[in-house]
Amino acid sequence: MNIHTSQPRTPAETALIDAFSERVGNLPGNADVAIARDTALEALKIQGLPSRRVESWHYTDFRTLLRVVAPFDPAAGSQPIMSLLPGSTIATVSNGVAISAGQADGVTFQKLSEKLVDGTFAPALATRGTDDLIGQINATYVTGGWYIDIAEGAEIEAPIELQNLQKSGQAHVRFPVRAGKGAKATIIERQFGGEGEAFSSSISHLTVADGAEVIWIILREQGDAAVQLGQFNTTIGKDAKLTLFIVNTGGKLVRQEVHVLAKGEGSDFQLRGINLLGGESHTDVTMTVGHLVENTSSTQIVRNVVTGRARGVFQGMIRVAKIAQKTDARMACNTLLLSDDGEFDAKPELEIFADDVACGHGATVTEISQDHLFYLMARGIPEKTARGLLVKAFVAEIIEELENEPLVEALEGILEDWLSAHA
Amino acid sequence: MLEIKNLHARIAEDGTEIIRGLNLTVKDGEVAAIMGPNGSGKSTLSYILAGREDYEVTEGDILYNGESILDLDPAERAAKGIFLAFQYPMEIPGVATMEFLKVAINAQRKARGEEELKIPELLRRVKEASSLLSMDMAMLKRPLNVGFSGGEKKRAEILQMTLLEPSLCVLDETDSGLDIDALKIVSEGVNALRSPDRSIVVITHYQRLLDYIVPDSVHVLYKGRVIKSGDKSLARQLEDNGYAEIIGEAAETVETA
Repeated sequence: MNIHTSQPRTPAETALIDAFSERVGNLPGNADVAIARDTALEALKIQGLPSRRVESWHYTDFRTLLRVVAPFDPAAGSQPIMSLLPGSTIATVSNGVAISAGQADGVTFQKLSEKLVDGTFAPALATRGTDDLIGQINATYVTGGWYIDIAEGAEIEAPIELQNLQKSGQAHVRFPVRAGKGAKATIIERQFGGEGEAFSSSISHLTVADGAEVIWIILREQGDAAVQLGQFNTTIGKDAKLTLFIVNTGGKLVRQEVHVLAKGEGSDFQLRGINLLGGESHTDVTMTVGHLVENTSSTQIVRNVVTGRARGVFQGMIRVAKIAQKTDARMACNTLLLSDDGEFDAKPELEIFADDVACGHGATVTEISQDHLFYLMARGIPEKTARGLLVKAFVAEIIEELENEPLVEALEGILEDWLSAHA
Repeated sequence: MLEIKNLHARIAEDGTEIIRGLNLTVKDGEVAAIMGPNGSGKSTLSYILAGREDYEVTEGDILYNGESILDLDPAERAAKGIFLAFQYPMEIPGVATMEFLKVAINAQRKARGEEELKIPELLRRVKEASSLLSMDMAMLKRPLNVGFSGGEKKRAEILQMTLLEPSLCVLDETDSGLDIDALKIVSEGVNALRSPDRSIVVITHYQRLLDYIVPDSVHVLYKGRVIKSGDKSLARQLEDNGYAEIIGEAAETVETA
């Protein structure tokens, strides 16, 4: 099925497709990778950019929203930035090219381009389906990233920070990570942009092997002219635990997809999301969680602060397979609207085929409580400060759950910076 | 300290008039009790003094140390030394009590052109004030008023009042929801703040609180006006005979007038 072939290509579609003939000479990979790229490009040509008629893109009509595709810019590279947390092991990608990686016992870093050249990464370039725009674009154009392996049983103390730096122009990167059996690690994926026009995509693949525990933070700080597509794909093994914490700030047009498969019994997945949306930003977080076996659990809490003319979207789908009895899955999406022109759309969905499960979802939209505001002001706290405290309180609750003091402080710092600029 | 002159006020949303020509003067150092049946406008008066936007003053004035405060927002009034102890203190999840105290104290100090309090000095003051009120410091690590019992909330209000050192304290039904032990502790906390340059307005439905916080004057509020003023014996009289008698007298006065 394709619904776009009869429609003329938009300028953005043309730019995305036509760039291939110019870029192909610079794209690393063996014959298998070349075939994977061609397949992805072909899918992109057939499907085009998804419009609201494609269900998974209903609230983010990319065909309408994507007007300009920033071209590749060989001069858009930049140097590694300071890590969010001191003492982190940093692996940096700048303008699509892996430029440097630190060293840590139990962790190996390999440039993704090498795995494209030797073809071992070709199977991972397969797209998720006809509506996988992010996979199509990224597989067509991916140039670099870091392939990271965390050894079985390794407990990595220092956080691993993956930096994807894109101050302007265009790039497409991947971060495949494998956490071996029983390994423990904290990984911080920084999607860091600049003020220039940019178009980028970044796909992470995380395998959490049996008994492993991973905390993964996606911190997106993008400029007002940046378009960014993110995708996080993971499988979670037996008795393994993944906490994924997403913070989105900035960006003109952002879509972050999260696709989780709970494959091992006793596995647990926690998603916490904070969307700080201001200006004209359109930010979409779309998640699918598949509970495939018995006795798995997941909780998703997304908190959104919307001001200016920003618009946010959260789509959350929990699928419970027929054999996945005793699944415990909960999803909540709470929005604090600070302006009359802001908008947030939440679409929670449950698809349950098992009959002995505990699943639920809820969504709320609120404004700042006038009672709370009055109480704080009656203690002498000026209105702007009082509002800031209340907005901070709305999201700080889930930051504090991380129970890692330097991380909590760093994220609260980002929150405060955003508040002083927007609220 | 406080002069309320012919005050008329209504609910902004629907225009219902609640305060209808209220006059009240509270001198420096005076403890004034305001009593009245349900619906007489007691809590509304406390909110209007604190500057809540839900009410509109349509006539009259409120003078604080000789200056009208009607144009000041709640934060500005607080910085000038007006404190309202809430009947129902707000639970605010996500705002740590200690952080709130620090922000509030320093916002007021800043507004008055004073230096900010450093953390050790702040902690010392909080420790001292909370021991006076038999409060566990561990409570202050929790979010503001969240999970506090009714009595703990009222104590926390008096703790804030002690730390903020206001000149005009308005206590809105501070006795409601308190058992006798908590009532004594809270009253001691209030009495410790009595001073010649601090006035206290105690709003209460019952005389009980006034056994512990002995007022200099008692004013009966009914239908948005003070219908009778007297000394502490007036509170006793109300306790014995109820409000009906005084309301009856006031009605006659109005009719003959």
